[in-house]
Amino acid sequence: MNVFLKIEGLTVEYRSGNRHVHAVNDLDLQLGEGEVLGFVGETGAGKTTTALSILRILPNPPAKVLGGKVIFKDQDIIQLSDREMRAIRGEEIAMIFQDPMTSLDPVKTVGDQICEMILLHRNCSKKEAWEMAGDMLETVGIDRGRAGDYPHQFSGGMKQRVVIAIALSCKPSLLIADEPTTALDVTIQAQILELMKELKKKYQSSMIMITHDLGIVAEICDNVAIMYAGGVLEYGSVMDIYKDPRHPYTRALFDSIPDVHRDQARLKVISGLPPDPTDIPSGCPFHPRCPHCTERCKTEKPEVVHLNETHWARCFLAQEEGRYEHE
Amino acid sequence: MIKYILKRILYLIPVMLLVTLIVFFLMSITKGDPARIVVGESASLEEVEAMRESMGLNDPFFVRYLRYVRDLFLHGDLGTSYKSGLPVMKEIMSALPSTIKLSLAAIIIAILVGIPIGIISATKQYSFFDNFTMILGLIGISMPIFWLGLLLILLFSVRLGWFPPSGLTSFRHVILPAFALGTQSIAVFARMTRSSMLEVIRQDYIRTVRAKGQKESRITLDHVLRNALVPIVTVVGIQFGNLLGGAVLCETIFSINGVGRLMVDAIKQRDFPVVQGGVLFISLAFCLINLIIDIAYAFLDPKIKSQYK
Repeated sequence: MNVFLKIEGLTVEYRSGNRHVHAVNDLDLQLGEGEVLGFVGETGAGKTTTALSILRILPNPPAKVLGGKVIFKDQDIIQLSDREMRAIRGEEIAMIFQDPMTSLDPVKTVGDQICEMILLHRNCSKKEAWEMAGDMLETVGIDRGRAGDYPHQFSGGMKQRVVIAIALSCKPSLLIADEPTTALDVTIQAQILELMKELKKKYQSSMIMITHDLGIVAEICDNVAIMYAGGVLEYGSVMDIYKDPRHPYTRALFDSIPDVHRDQARLKVISGLPPDPTDIPSGCPFHPRCPHCTERCKTEKPEVVHLNETHWARCFLAQEEGRYEHE
Repeated sequence: MIKYILKRILYLIPVMLLVTLIVFFLMSITKGDPARIVVGESASLEEVEAMRESMGLNDPFFVRYLRYVRDLFLHGDLGTSYKSGLPVMKEIMSALPSTIKLSLAAIIIAILVGIPIGIISATKQYSFFDNFTMILGLIGISMPIFWLGLLLILLFSVRLGWFPPSGLTSFRHVILPAFALGTQSIAVFARMTRSSMLEVIRQDYIRTVRAKGQKESRITLDHVLRNALVPIVTVVGIQFGNLLGGAVLCETIFSINGVGRLMVDAIKQRDFPVVQGGVLFISLAFCLINLIIDIAYAFLDPKIKSQYK
């Protein structure tokens, strides 16, 4: 697979007063064309920050990209001018946001909001753009007659469909979906997910799916990156990760999914708290919560251990088969 | 929408009635005898008493009030000035153009200067420009108008001779008083625009627009300002109402024959009908401006529009 998006050593920090919040730390990642990558991690793991840095729409201040490269189609987009970057946003890389209730401008009709995107990147008249906006609405399952309605006249699920219509209106080659179903109730989640799967097939765009729902990952993703404390701990195909998780954190994540076939009174949780991003633990960031922590883990940051062509983990024990058993 | 507007106009009637009642009451408990002022200081007690009788001042409060309201609603008659003997309506109508001219000029200056300052401050929060203009704004808000007016006259009329110090006969006459009157509004608009826009800037939907690849200038004007307009329009309306009624000091300093000055003179001379008429006009203007603002909301915010029934 040819390299389509490659992130190298990305480091992002939020500053508030004298506090430095290390949101993304030396993150490496790769995404092939047409591939769907799942970004999995707890709240605060740096998933959204990574996504926003790819689009370069981090709120600045307080956020600041301290280093690293984001290579998209052979150019480092961190180095691009604002003008060049604007041409990429929407046209090449588009984003679906987490909360559809607040993602749409309340004083503009949904048709106008789709049109805005089309008019920015396509040479066409307002009328043609309006037609295309209508087509997009139909694509996401909304009657084109509703283009003149305002966001408050739509339900949450419908709003998310509009957000998806905006994101796809210029047929981007990379689509970033930031927990697109988190704010919706379960039945609507399923509908939106189904819609995204359909559209992914139709538009053939690559996709980064940010989520903390491992079920969604299994359903839609090709590869998975497990994020923790602003870095990737394990990366592999869905098969690799689900059948043979190597990082203790990945295992713990799977263990915390309740099993419907067993009578469980309590949910299994990962002991401890996610690390304070102002004070990331030394060595392996997961070591304070890791059941297999050794002295080495506390001081030395584990290098990437390649397990097969696609599968790797940042853990000293990754290669030691049977070092820890599945409960 | 039309139904809503009609309803609001009908609401004006009870509001106006209440205003007349309150003003009438306040005037009736004010010290000083209008009859004495009409007949003059040297007149005898009998003459004053006869005058009181003929002016109807000896009737009970409610009789006088009802008579006033009846004349007002049936004939549009606000009574006659005790002092000049002219109909109050005529006195107010001759003073009104100056006041409107002055307030309009002031509000336009304030909008044209204040809102752009607020926009720039919001987009460059905590920059030198932002800090500088916000301090200036604080000074603007706290500066008494009579003092500012005098300073302006001293500098621009006396020292530099650019603008005439008094009267309101040409466009050049309007500049100084309008600026004095509008300074406070400039500061209010700048601060309101800034804070309202800062609230919108952090919204998710602004990030959505940015992710579309939109230019920052368009984001600021098309989306941020557009969403921040409701509170801004509200203060513009309130300030405009205040200017109409509060131009007294400004009119006095710049010797302009406006409604404010007419009323102050009338209060000094216990010319009750003129005071009542003036207050009534100013409250009516206030109510109408508020109505216009409420209608403007519907065009600014589709959510509000769907509530107007």
